[in-house]
Amino acid sequence: MAQLNMVQAINQALGEEMERDDRVVLLGEDVGRDGGVFRVTEGLQERFGAERVLDTPLSESAIMGAAIGMAAYGLRPVAEIQFLGFIYSAFEQLAAHAARLRSRSRGRYSCPLVVRTPYGAGIKAPELHEESAESIFCQIPGLKVVVPSGPYSAKGLLLASLRDPDPVLFLEPTRLYRLLREEVPEGEYLLELGRAKVARAGKAVTVIAWGSMLERVLKSVAAYDAEVIDLLTLNPFDVEAVLTSVKKTGRAVIVHEAAKTCGLGAEIAATIAEEAMLYLRAPVLRVTAPDAPVPLAKLMDYYLPSTQQIQAAVAEVLKY
Amino acid sequence: MPQDIIASFEVLRLGILDDNGNIDETLMPSLSDLEIGRMYEAMVLARTFDERAVALQREGRLGTYPQISGQEAAQVGSAFAIAATDWIFPSFREMGVQLTLGYPAAQLLQYWTGDERGQLGPQRLNIFPLCVAVGSQIPQAVGAALAARYRRDPIAVVAYFGDGATSKGDFHEAFNMAGVFRLPVVFICQNNQWAISVPLKNQTASASLAQKAIGYGFPGIQVDGNDVFAVYSAARQALDKARSGAGPTFIECLTYRMADHTTADDAGRYRSPEEVNLWRTRDPIVRLQRFLTARGLWSEQSGKEVKARAIGIIDAAVQEMEAIAPPAAAELFTGTRKTLSPRQAEQRKGR
Repeated sequence: MAQLNMVQAINQALGEEMERDDRVVLLGEDVGRDGGVFRVTEGLQERFGAERVLDTPLSESAIMGAAIGMAAYGLRPVAEIQFLGFIYSAFEQLAAHAARLRSRSRGRYSCPLVVRTPYGAGIKAPELHEESAESIFCQIPGLKVVVPSGPYSAKGLLLASLRDPDPVLFLEPTRLYRLLREEVPEGEYLLELGRAKVARAGKAVTVIAWGSMLERVLKSVAAYDAEVIDLLTLNPFDVEAVLTSVKKTGRAVIVHEAAKTCGLGAEIAATIAEEAMLYLRAPVLRVTAPDAPVPLAKLMDYYLPSTQQIQAAVAEVLKY
Repeated sequence: MPQDIIASFEVLRLGILDDNGNIDETLMPSLSDLEIGRMYEAMVLARTFDERAVALQREGRLGTYPQISGQEAAQVGSAFAIAATDWIFPSFREMGVQLTLGYPAAQLLQYWTGDERGQLGPQRLNIFPLCVAVGSQIPQAVGAALAARYRRDPIAVVAYFGDGATSKGDFHEAFNMAGVFRLPVVFICQNNQWAISVPLKNQTASASLAQKAIGYGFPGIQVDGNDVFAVYSAARQALDKARSGAGPTFIECLTYRMADHTTADDAGRYRSPEEVNLWRTRDPIVRLQRFLTARGLWSEQSGKEVKARAIGIIDAAVQEMEAIAPPAAAELFTGTRKTLSPRQAEQRKGR
């Protein structure tokens, strides 16, 4: 088994799946000759040809729309949107079409499409290159939203997404692309979508996080008896895993790097309130970014949830 | 550096059948009397469907409905050029296309009563669900064309849309991509000159819509959209060209929306009766009747028989549609995902 970073793990997953299934076709801006701006698709055009790794015009809505047509026709397109912050012009295609095609056609057509996009902050990039507005996409019933938290989960979740019969938005935390190295097995392993993972067992408090915040949470809670849940799939999220843990610990803290209001933390907290209120010993707390636009590098430390904020929230719920 | 002209272009307009029913023999496509008769019947069927749908809406038996009246030549003429293996991406005002290709009238009516199940088209037809969000079907057609080429399927993909769609970003993004990849796709715009209340001159400053294709590196042609022969001829050529791998074509069918935008609209608020009356004299069905009369293929009597047959087909469709049981509450979740999430499954149970 090799130690891979997330870029390598995703590249390996794509390559293995393209080898196995000739319906898998990649398209996007700079994904071919350049191998993607983060080199995630490096070498794939050389291996599989320009028809399977398609460099498109700079045209997000056409990339998304074309991918829908390809999926409906019987292929398994993987569309790359270069950064999440540039997906907005393709939002109509994703929300009004990809996620509704199976329903609209009453099953006559489906849309097995994976949309990969770098997301999240912490890479000192220009405006709109570090967005994390994940919950916008979680309001779309026909769309799955997946966020790996490291190289191992990235490969297993991506392979599962590529086999999924419906559209999946696969959000790749850019801060983690080359930050972590993990053992990643060659060959096939699938991590079921909709399943969270207990990243660290504990008894006193449940901390729920995903993506790049998971790494920060694990560092922050080292001194506490905290159970950390890595959500992995944001929609549908693993209600059962969250409730099982919260019923055990009686305390919950949710950490996400997206803005607070109507963030996914609100949905999780509401679910806990509906289903596990009587098990709670403390209010459910959220540690999130403020309701402000994602800033540039100089303000970023004030924006992202910090270790201190995470520790303060955990300490706060433990007072009860 | 001297100044040079680096690009110049011409835009063709094709007309074969004039208002009086005379044709230009040199441009007339090869069509037997039988085929022309079937085109006429299909146009009458489309008109009859439209009339009945509006009547049903007025009686409260159908929801809001977008009329096609006036656009029968553009819809039937182009549909006649389409092969069963081609893929079609319609807008929401394409009932004439759908009927001509064999989409069941009862299901079309069912959809317009507000029942999604009407969009579950027959497996033998490659017709995408109709698209309500203007112009957003166009890039999807481009994607299907990409996939067809990847599969080496010798088919063409057809995207239908109206003049309003040519102002949308998706129109331009899709045209650009189709041009770059030289895809087997035919874009058919029914320029009915009104996007609800906005006339063509407020939609574009171009002399034609057809010329917009030039900017994307492939030809555009304007055809008389009330001339079923011109539409058929242009569509036939464009589809053959696409299937042979020679790239995309844009066909602008200049026509007219004789009715309101939908049954919820009152076009009298924004356009003059004179204009509407002028276009009534250019009615595509009457024009074809004149041609057929001159050929000895139409009479008052045969016309009545064609109409009666169309009414019979639509009567039966209405009956079939109204016999369909309303959807159960659980239909809310149909096709939301192949496998519902636990929460969706729970919600479905509660209904």
